[in-house]
Amino acid sequence: MNIATRLLIEIQETTLLAARALRGIFKRPTYINETIAQMDVIGVGSLTIIMLTGFFTGGVLTLQTYPTLKYYGAQDQTGYLVALSLVRELGPVLSALMVTGRVGSAISAELGSMVVSQQIDAMRSLGTDPDRKLVMPRVIALVLMLPLLTVVADVVGICGGWTVATTLYGMAPGMFFSSVRQGITANDIFGGIIKPLVFGLLIAAVACRQGLKTEGGTVGVGRSTTTAVVTASIVVIITDFFLAKALQVLLDMPT
Amino acid sequence: MASAEVETPQPALHTNPNGGGISEEAAESTFQEVDDSDRIVPAIEFRDVHLGFDDRKVLNGLSFKVMKGETKIILGGSGCGKSTTIKLVLGLLKPDSGQILVDGEDITNHTEVEMMKVRKNIGMIFQEGALFDSLSVYDNVAYRLHEQGVPEAEVEEEVRRMLRFVNLEDAIDKMPIELSGGMRRRVGIARALVGGPGVVMFDEPTAGLDPPTARTICELAIKLRDLEDASSIFVTHEMNNLDYLTSEYAVVDDTGEIIYEKEGERLCLTNTKILMMRDGQVIFSGTDEELRKSSDTYINKFIRGY
Ligand SMILES: Nc1ncnc2c1ncn2[C@@H]1O[C@H](COP(=O)(O)OP(=O)(O)OP(=O)(O)O)[C@@H](O)[C@H]1O
Ligand SMILES: [Mg+2]
Repeated sequence: MNIATRLLIEIQETTLLAARALRGIFKRPTYINETIAQMDVIGVGSLTIIMLTGFFTGGVLTLQTYPTLKYYGAQDQTGYLVALSLVRELGPVLSALMVTGRVGSAISAELGSMVVSQQIDAMRSLGTDPDRKLVMPRVIALVLMLPLLTVVADVVGICGGWTVATTLYGMAPGMFFSSVRQGITANDIFGGIIKPLVFGLLIAAVACRQGLKTEGGTVGVGRSTTTAVVTASIVVIITDFFLAKALQVLLDMPT
Repeated sequence: MASAEVETPQPALHTNPNGGGISEEAAESTFQEVDDSDRIVPAIEFRDVHLGFDDRKVLNGLSFKVMKGETKIILGGSGCGKSTTIKLVLGLLKPDSGQILVDGEDITNHTEVEMMKVRKNIGMIFQEGALFDSLSVYDNVAYRLHEQGVPEAEVEEEVRRMLRFVNLEDAIDKMPIELSGGMRRRVGIARALVGGPGVVMFDEPTAGLDPPTARTICELAIKLRDLEDASSIFVTHEMNNLDYLTSEYAVVDDTGEIIYEKEGERLCLTNTKILMMRDGQVIFSGTDEELRKSSDTYINKFIRGY
């Protein structure tokens, strides 16, 4: 099989897996407890790294853009620029990448180990559909938690930007936030929430698919974990471009 | 239990050297309760099943039947496809060609959703235990019941009963990682037997266990066969397992205790048949007496070790 065919099959299988997982979403048993547990692991568990990432990204944005803006005499707009970059691009993408690294790898390693130790077979033999018991809670949890994490990253990032602007560049404390408020529109925020919704679905689907198709013992688990992280990251970056374009068109943003 | 029930597990007295075909079905129906037409439908039937992994053929035209209430011991060298056969029954794998019937229902082309219903009545004991390592022993055994949303009080009662059955009630709060191999195997047995499946599959349940524990597991299988009327497939390499299963039967005595009696003390033939596989095909099918009388060199080597 050549690489294009394999790629198409992989896309098809991943899509089918997500569809199967989500089709029976309201059927019994509903796996509410599993979903809540996953939301805790994925959401609360990722909070620290997301906050760290957000804070320093906002900080470095300010650090780099303030001098340039000052050159043009537009240093008052630093808050706007930082917030816009964060809300539209860096918040969603960096959160997605961090979550891929932390959660995507964990999901595929966990499911992969369950495959090689025959726990998935055992589950099926006991009459449970692993697509619903294991995949569905993870997909739902990621789709719900990634937008929330992204919002956290945005807010903490803006605070990080403000910290750098006021302490290193001596900006007036109120100035940064007022430019943020004036600049950011509802559409920016809306777009910044849509993206992580999509990314969450993609990361979960890719990680679950790679985990469940693990074969070849412990080595296979390592291999599928790597594949899951690499694939999900690339998919996030590529999708981000097309989503950005689509949102521009749909939300009538200035191009 | 009432004393009337003592007589129910009496198995069929026929010994058909061909072990299949219309004559066996006819014999079944005359010897078992005649009005029970259900009996003539095999619990499990393989019809010319082929399966290959990559280029290697593992099953090469496998055909056999497991009748209702019968225990089928499957013998065969390592890697001859015994575990694969069992997985096919559960639909965990699909054959390349041929048909597989469970309770007369052709499951060969069943979807995963349709398979779920079939699996409800099958208990599977995996070769490596395959316990859920993130769940405690209690939750492992309770798995099926939790999935069905059974009230917790009933679940607890049933789990304790099953763990007593495999003599592991003390381990109820342990995690699988804290258990020894034999304990894990027994938890796997308890988990598979919750809900009283009509068909049970043992994949080398006694491998690597000490003789008393292995004996306990065989007694379990005998109990299932004679007192619960379950059909089962029992994969094993160990000839003493075969001796236990073919020569003993379980009865409930006057005090309600379950006792194991040797065949011959009363007129009774245990309802256990033997199937031997080699190169993905059946090379022997019949009773233990026939197996021991066989002149085939491979079979002799297998049962005596030389
Ligand atoms: N997933 C798989 N992929 C490729 N080959 C496999 C797979 N599963 C089993 N096989 C091959 O199929 C053959 C039969 O395997 P199976 O596990 O059924 O053997 P077995 O009879 O249970 O052996 P044992 O007594 O050692 O448990 C083996 O040769 C094995 O290499
Ligand atoms: Mg095996």
